[in-house]
Amino acid sequence: MDVLFDGLVDAIELLLSGDEDSWSIIALTLRVSLTATAIALLMGLPLGAIVALARFPGRRLLLAAANTGMGMPPVVVGLFVTVLLWRSGPLGGLGLLYTPTAMIIAQAAIATPIVIALVAAALQQVDPDFRVQMQALGASPIRAFAALLGEARLPLLAGAMAAFGAVVSEVGAAQMVGGNLAGQTRVLTTAAVLATSRGQFSLAIAFGMILLSIAFGVNLSLTLIQQQRTAPR
Amino acid sequence: MRRQVLIGFAWFAAALLAGCGTAPSSSGPAEKSLILATTTSTQDSGLLDELLPAFTRDSGWQVKTVAVGSGQAIELGRRGEADVLLVHSPAAEEKFVAEGSAGSRRLVMHNDFVLLGPKADPAEVRGTSSTNAMKKIATAQAVFISRGDESGTHSREKDLWSRAGVTPGGSWYQSTGQGMGATLRVASEKAGYTVSDRATYLTQRGTLELEVLSEGDPGLLNVYHVIEMTAKAGSRVQPDGAKAFADWIVAAPAQRLIGEFGRTEFGRPLFTPDAGKDEATLGQ
Repeated sequence: MDVLFDGLVDAIELLLSGDEDSWSIIALTLRVSLTATAIALLMGLPLGAIVALARFPGRRLLLAAANTGMGMPPVVVGLFVTVLLWRSGPLGGLGLLYTPTAMIIAQAAIATPIVIALVAAALQQVDPDFRVQMQALGASPIRAFAALLGEARLPLLAGAMAAFGAVVSEVGAAQMVGGNLAGQTRVLTTAAVLATSRGQFSLAIAFGMILLSIAFGVNLSLTLIQQQRTAPR
Repeated sequence: MRRQVLIGFAWFAAALLAGCGTAPSSSGPAEKSLILATTTSTQDSGLLDELLPAFTRDSGWQVKTVAVGSGQAIELGRRGEADVLLVHSPAAEEKFVAEGSAGSRRLVMHNDFVLLGPKADPAEVRGTSSTNAMKKIATAQAVFISRGDESGTHSREKDLWSRAGVTPGGSWYQSTGQGMGATLRVASEKAGYTVSDRATYLTQRGTLELEVLSEGDPGLLNVYHVIEMTAKAGSRVQPDGAKAFADWIVAAPAQRLIGEFGRTEFGRPLFTPDAGKDEATLGQ
């Protein structure tokens, strides 16, 4: 049990001492996971909206695929991306394997199905009459869509949080496509795994606690945005 | 109200995108970087942390290390996904070099494997030879934790079983499929026996309830070679980077670093530098 307390002390010490390695690991973790979440939102928002609102053959199949994708093991995604980025793979010429960019690609691939599925669910729970009303009021399609997003903002932001939570905490893909290179692709999860395999348990716990604080900070910001307008108008 | 929500979204998106631009980019396009596939023992012991910055300083090559089992490291070399290998699985290495895609293979260093087990030593192997110890463990059906990951350590363990004339199996023989550090932890928690390289064991001894029970016979020698890959393995292999690394690690300054590594912390070096020696004379 001591190791938990030591880990807490270590975490505070690492942060206060301005240890350069730790801070660069934290910065990279944020950079990779936030960028991947942003890309997932940019791709998943329109795709989720189409799956939710449009009517076309194969729509349910697509939705089922997105729902399956929510549970996709990161290590499998990591393996796919690794094979694509191998020197002998189709994208090998880009030399992206073991770079932060490769990690962003893999994490975006993990997060996008989550965003699609949750966006679709969020938009579908809005009363269908709402859209009819908007159109009757003469709103342009874009304004109507914006209003729809507004109606569904609570579940939409929950989707963003789920996507960020999934990627910031995953280790399989980050390890495989990033390689856990010191100073280059080492993020909090892979650093924690390495510290564990080196027997440095309190350091590993420290990384874990920092990860938790970061996830909490990001989710707190999003929750504040989410809850801001839910008070009685 | 709607506008405020939209502004909220825009703010959120902007905050996310800001994350991309502001962070320093870690690798410039003109930078030379090579891929080193090596074993978990060189990383988990901390040796690479000592060597690689010095190599980058001396040569200008950045090194991307993939620390995996020797079996996987060799496979990455075979596919041209790595430029240079630092591995410790001699039988597999010789077979691999004979295939022709690898270039020169040179002796770098050695340490030794140790047979570890709980203090209580239920199979009573303390002080016996490694072959005898393996026989006794199998007879007693004492818990044995195997790496099971085709690493150099795992292939040595299989070697020891076959020398002891035992085909391990059954509930007492358990395979983790993980690196040395993780496997030591499992062995310690389950009060089982395991085979480890001495370097990883020494760096983690403080957190383990395992003791060295058998050591020092020639069957336990752990030899590391550096293998350069050539363009025959793949068109994107960088033979110049491979040569730079291999030449550097067998030269005097790196050999000195290897010989000093661990001396202050553990009172003895974790590896013995061997560049240029005859492999047959090691451990004598």
